[in-house]
Amino acid sequence: MNRPALEVDDLLFAYPDGTQALFGVSFVIERGERVALLGPNGAGKTTLVMHLNGIHTCQKGSVTVGGLPVVKQNLREIRRRVGIVFQDPDDQLFMPTVREDVAFGPANLGVRGDELGARVQAALAAVGMDGFADRAPHHLSFGQRRRVAVATVLAMEPEILVLDEPSSNLDPAGRRELAGVLTSLDITILMVTHDLPYALELCPRSIVMNGGALMADGPTVGILSNDDLMTANRLELPFGFYPAEAMRAVGTG
Amino acid sequence: MSGPHAHALYVHGHTVVHRLAPQCKLAAQLLFVMVVVATPREAFWAFAVYAVVVIALIRLAEIPPRFVAKRLAFEVPFIAFAVLLPFIGRGERTDVFGLPLSVEGLWGAWNIIAKATLGLAVSILVAATTTMPEFLRGFERLHLPRAFTSTASFMIRYFDVIADEMRRMKVARESRGYDPRWIWQVRAVAASAGALFIRSYERGERVYLAMLSRGYAGSLPRVDETPATAASWLAALSLPAVAALVATIAWVAR
Repeated sequence: MNRPALEVDDLLFAYPDGTQALFGVSFVIERGERVALLGPNGAGKTTLVMHLNGIHTCQKGSVTVGGLPVVKQNLREIRRRVGIVFQDPDDQLFMPTVREDVAFGPANLGVRGDELGARVQAALAAVGMDGFADRAPHHLSFGQRRRVAVATVLAMEPEILVLDEPSSNLDPAGRRELAGVLTSLDITILMVTHDLPYALELCPRSIVMNGGALMADGPTVGILSNDDLMTANRLELPFGFYPAEAMRAVGTG
Repeated sequence: MSGPHAHALYVHGHTVVHRLAPQCKLAAQLLFVMVVVATPREAFWAFAVYAVVVIALIRLAEIPPRFVAKRLAFEVPFIAFAVLLPFIGRGERTDVFGLPLSVEGLWGAWNIIAKATLGLAVSILVAATTTMPEFLRGFERLHLPRAFTSTASFMIRYFDVIADEMRRMKVARESRGYDPRWIWQVRAVAASAGALFIRSYERGERVYLAMLSRGYAGSLPRVDETPATAASWLAALSLPAVAALVATIAWVAR
């Protein structure tokens, strides 16, 4: 079981209307890594994410999760191993109560009874939402809903957590609370984001995609400091933000 | 709003009635209504007993009488025609305060009003003590087809989301000076309704993808497998049982 958490090898994909979305993407993520996936809108990031748990099937190339290829007969195990947190928590939380929603994933995997209850408790505790199990999702704040969405996936005890725009629409405190949750988890993370300071804070490594191809793969601080690379891929830092200085300020640069 | 699952008819509380398993309450409600409907209309005393029992239960559940009275007003338009029966009824007539009324019509009106009011009162009681998720679980435990319960569950979950979206679209329309006064100005509203439909349809697709990603394989898993206790069934079914006894006596004594 020493295979990397995620291997994507020469992945190609075209939509049914002929639009080519991925042109041979390859990368490897080791266990325990936290990686940011950066790139402008339409770069193919979401299409790539949909391949990681077999929503889209590989047309050419391969995706392997912990040594297990993403093919039809492995889908059940793949979906346990790869937990995707979607951008809009209202898409992810569809049961009448938080408890039932968090239980949905593990129950699909056949977990029942006391163990199911324990999984729900543990997942909610991990995102700091214990005590909310009997609430209805639409009565929670947006930040709380996003954290519950993370819990729904954690309850399946995945090996990789994939987050689509985790900081979007969060207020600054909600954004910070989520960062606290994500850094506290002992799990491999792939995070799709436009929030570059968030990527720098949480992910030592970044992958840049543009036009369906991989443009860069390396330490986040180096990528964000490379002006030519940033401009070429429509990436913009907030005004007055200098990655290298930010890292020095927190003592890790 | 009075709690996490408040629907408009719910009254928050921790009484015995609130704690009863929802499937027991639903079954008891249905049986009680059937017994009341089957009671002979001439047995005034039987209806008095039913009324006393229902009022006692409402007290036990700590539901404010005003709340019940307001909800009962709901039946007024439906029983309006029952009030007409004594005037339009045929056959034997009797004088009430100088008005010649049909005897058959009076019996008919009494029958409808008494039975509708009792049925509605017990429904208000069940609605006031049961949350939405409990209703869904109750119907599921009563083996209502899962297609119905899951459709109802999604509808309840997304009603607020879609209503919110609708409100935002309305605000956006009005912010651009839309103020329809004539029927031919309705086009923007119709277009919004269309857009809302497409958006909801697309949301449905996204929800389905999110479900697939968490291992959905065609049926929602049953999370709550605990059956209601015998005590819960006994407590709930004592209501229709008492009513059935009363109705039987009423039939025999007729």
